[in-house]
Amino acid sequence: MSDALIIRRLSKAYVPGKPVLHDIDVEIAAEGVIAIIGPSGTGKSTLIRCINRLVEPSSGEILFDGKDLARVSGVALRHARRQIGMVFQEYNLVERLTVMENLLCGRLGYVAPWRAWRRKFPPADIERALALLDTVGLAGFANRRADALSGGQRQRVGIARAVMQQPRLMLADEPTSSLDPKTSVEIMELLAGVARSHRIPVLINMHDVALARRFADRILGMSGGRIVFDGPPQGLSDTMLKQIYGGEDWLH
Amino acid sequence: MSAQGTPAIAAYRFPASRAAQITFALLAVYVVYALTQLDVSLERVQQGMAHAGRFLGRMIPPNFARSELLWSGLAESLQIAVLASALGIVLALPFGLLGARNLMPAWVSWPARLVVVLARSFHPVVVAILFVKAVGFGALAGILALTVASIGFIGKLFTEAIEEVSIKEVEAVRATGAPFTSVLAFGVLPQVFSRFIGFATYQLDSNLRNSTMVGIVGAGGIGGTLFAAFQRFDYDFVSAILISIIALIMAGEVLATAVRRIFIDNATLRQLFRGGTPVHRPLDDD
Amino acid sequence: MATAVSPLPAGAREWRRFTPAQRVGRFAIYLLLVVAIVASLRTIEVIPEFLYDAPEQVVDLLTRMWPVAWSYYPRGVHAALMETIHIASLGTLLALLLATPVGILAAHRLVPLWPVNWAARLILVASRSVNSLVWALIFVGIFGPGPLAGTLAIAFRSIGFVGKLVGEALDETHAGPIEALRAAGAPWLSLLSFGYWPQVRPAFWSIALFRFDINVRESAVLGLVGAGGIGMTLDSALNLFQWDRVALILVAMFAVVIAAEIGVTQVRKRLL
Repeated sequence: MSDALIIRRLSKAYVPGKPVLHDIDVEIAAEGVIAIIGPSGTGKSTLIRCINRLVEPSSGEILFDGKDLARVSGVALRHARRQIGMVFQEYNLVERLTVMENLLCGRLGYVAPWRAWRRKFPPADIERALALLDTVGLAGFANRRADALSGGQRQRVGIARAVMQQPRLMLADEPTSSLDPKTSVEIMELLAGVARSHRIPVLINMHDVALARRFADRILGMSGGRIVFDGPPQGLSDTMLKQIYGGEDWLH
Repeated sequence: MSAQGTPAIAAYRFPASRAAQITFALLAVYVVYALTQLDVSLERVQQGMAHAGRFLGRMIPPNFARSELLWSGLAESLQIAVLASALGIVLALPFGLLGARNLMPAWVSWPARLVVVLARSFHPVVVAILFVKAVGFGALAGILALTVASIGFIGKLFTEAIEEVSIKEVEAVRATGAPFTSVLAFGVLPQVFSRFIGFATYQLDSNLRNSTMVGIVGAGGIGGTLFAAFQRFDYDFVSAILISIIALIMAGEVLATAVRRIFIDNATLRQLFRGGTPVHRPLDDD
Repeated sequence: MATAVSPLPAGAREWRRFTPAQRVGRFAIYLLLVVAIVASLRTIEVIPEFLYDAPEQVVDLLTRMWPVAWSYYPRGVHAALMETIHIASLGTLLALLLATPVGILAAHRLVPLWPVNWAARLILVASRSVNSLVWALIFVGIFGPGPLAGTLAIAFRSIGFVGKLVGEALDETHAGPIEALRAAGAPWLSLLSFGYWPQVRPAFWSIALFRFDINVRESAVLGLVGAGGIGMTLDSALNLFQWDRVALILVAMFAVVIAAEIGVTQVRKRLL
C-alpha cells in the first residue's frame, strides 16, 4: 500500500540558528492512528502544523498526493488543505454559527464562496452532515449554536467538521488536552473509529502517554526536535519514555 | 444520495436566514421609496459626476498662498477646541456627579440629567447660531457652543461611569471610617478615572473637528474662511484648507492616543515612541 | 499602576506611585495642557461690548421665540423633517456599503499588504476629519443644492467612522476559527463570510445604529448650507428673523432626535 504522507528532512527554526525541528524523516502508511508524544516545546505542534502549512517549514519536503506541500501555494495549497482534516485543541469552532453550519465549514474548500454565503450547499453534503452528527453522537444538535455546547460536544463537532472534508489524512493537535479524562477517552475512540471506517491515517499530537498507548497503532516519540522512537505501543518501554521526557517522578 | 435522506434535506432550514431575508427585502423597499422622495434620478447623478470632474480639477493643485489667513483660522479653531474642552470638562464634572442616581437623591439627579440631555440634543452648529445671536460673531460664540456640546457628552458618560461603579469597593473604603471625600477619592474615582480619560480625549478630538466648522455660521475658526472660499469659488484654496484640517485632526488623534496611553496604560515616553500594538478601547457609547 | 521601590541609604524604603519615566510623561501632558489653555486665553478675541450685551440679547431672543409658531408645522416643517430622516437613513446605508470594502482593505489580518492598508486607512481618516457640514458644502458645489448632496455628505462622513470601528472589531476577532477554516482549504471570500463575519456581526449592527443616531442629528443641520432637510427651513427662518418659527424648528429637531434614539434603543434590544 503506498504511503499517504512522506516527510523528508523537515526542519523549522522560528529563530534563525535555533531549530525547533531537526531534519525530520517520517513515512506515514495509509491507515491507522499515529500518536506523536513528547515534552512541551519539543516541536510536536510545529510538526503537525507544517504538514498543512499553518506554519512555514524552513526546509525539507512534505510529499502528499504527488505534490510537495512545502512548496505549493495559492489554489494548489487550498486544494491540498481540503484533503487534510484538522482537529484543534481549542476546537476552533465558529461560535456564533450553528452546529450544522460549522460542519458545512468543512466543505468550504469545495463550494464556491457565493453559494456558501447563501447556504446553498449540495444536498449530498447536508445528508452527510446529518449522518455524521449521528455517528459522533450529536443527533438533533444540528440547529444548536456552537457556543451552547460543552467542551466534549464541541470537539465532536470539530471532528465531524474535519471528516466532512472527506480527507485523505487527518491531523489532530492535542485534541484532548482541554477535556476531562472520560471525555478524552470518548474523543480518542471517535478518532480511532474515523481511522478505521475511512481507512485513513490519523496523526495525533498528544501528551497523555496512557491514552497514546491505548489507542495508537504507531507511536512517534519526539525529543529535542527529533524523532527518537518510532514503533508500536508495545515497544515503548519505561526506559524509552524516560529518555523522551526526562526525569522519573511522573512515571509512577 | 438515498431516498430516505431526501425528506431530511428538504426540511432543513438555516435558522437565521429567514429573518435576514425579510429585513433585507424591507430595507430594499425603503431605499427605493426614499430615493423617489428625495427626487434622486440617474440623470442628476450623471450630471453631478461630470461636475465632480471639473470640481476636482479646480481643487488640484491646492493653493497655500494665503497662508496667514489659513494659519490664523486654524489657530483660532485650535483655541476654540482647547478652551471649550477645558471649560466643558470643568462644568461637566459637577453635572455628571449630581446626575448619578446611586449617589444623589432624585430631586437632585433628575434636574442635573435634564440639563445634560438638553445640552446633547442640539447640534453644535445650531447652538452656535444661538450664541452668535447672544454674544455676537467670533470665537466666543464658538467656545460657548462647544462647551455646551461637551457638557452634554461628558456629563452623560460621567454619570454612567459613576452609576456603574462596583459598590463593593466603595463600601470597603467606607468601612475603614474614611470621610466622604476620601471615599470618593479612593473608592469611586479610581474606577471612573480611566473611562474619564477615554471620553475626555474623545471629546477633545470631537471639539477639534467641530471647531473647524462652527465658523460657517460665524462662530469663529477656519470654518468661516472655508465658507468664504467656497462662495468665491476659490476651490484650490478650499483644498488647501481641507488638507490642513485633515492634518490638524490627525495630529489631534495622535495626541489623544498618547494621552490615553500615558494616563490609562501608564506608558513612559519611550514606550510611546517605540510604538507597538495600539491598545484598543471600545468607543464609549453616546 | 507600577510602583518603584528604592532602598534609601538609611535602610528606610520609599514607595512611589509612578516610576520616574512615567512621571515624565504625565508631567509633559500636564504642561502641554496648561500651556495650551493659557495661550488660548491670551490670544482669544472677546469684544467686551458684546459680552455685556449678552443677557439682554438672550432675553430678546426668548421673547421673540414665544409663542412658538405651531401652526407652521404641517405646511413648512413636516415634509422637511421627513426629508431629513431619509437623508440620514440613505446616507447611513450608503456609508455601510462603502465602508465595508474600505474597512476590509485597511485590516492587515484580512489583506496582508501594507501599502493597501495604509491607503485605505488614509481614506478613512480623511473621511472622518472632514465635517459633514463641509462635505455638504462640497457636494452642494458638485450636485447642486438639495437632498442628494446631503445624503452623500452623510455617507462620506460616516465611512471613516464605520470603517474605523469595524476595523477595531475585526482586530478583536479570535484567530482560532479562522485558522480552522484556512486549514480546511476555504477560499478567502469564505474565510470572510464564515470566519470573520459571524464574529463581527453584532458589533457591525451596533456601530450602524450608533452612526444612524448621530446622522439624524447631523442631517438636521446640513440644510444650512443648502443640502436639504429641515436645515433649509431653519436657514430661511433665520434669514427672515422669524424666531417663532425657529423655535418650532428647534422643537421639531429635538423631537426627531429623541424619536430616533428611542427607535434605535428598541432595535438594539431586539437585535443584540
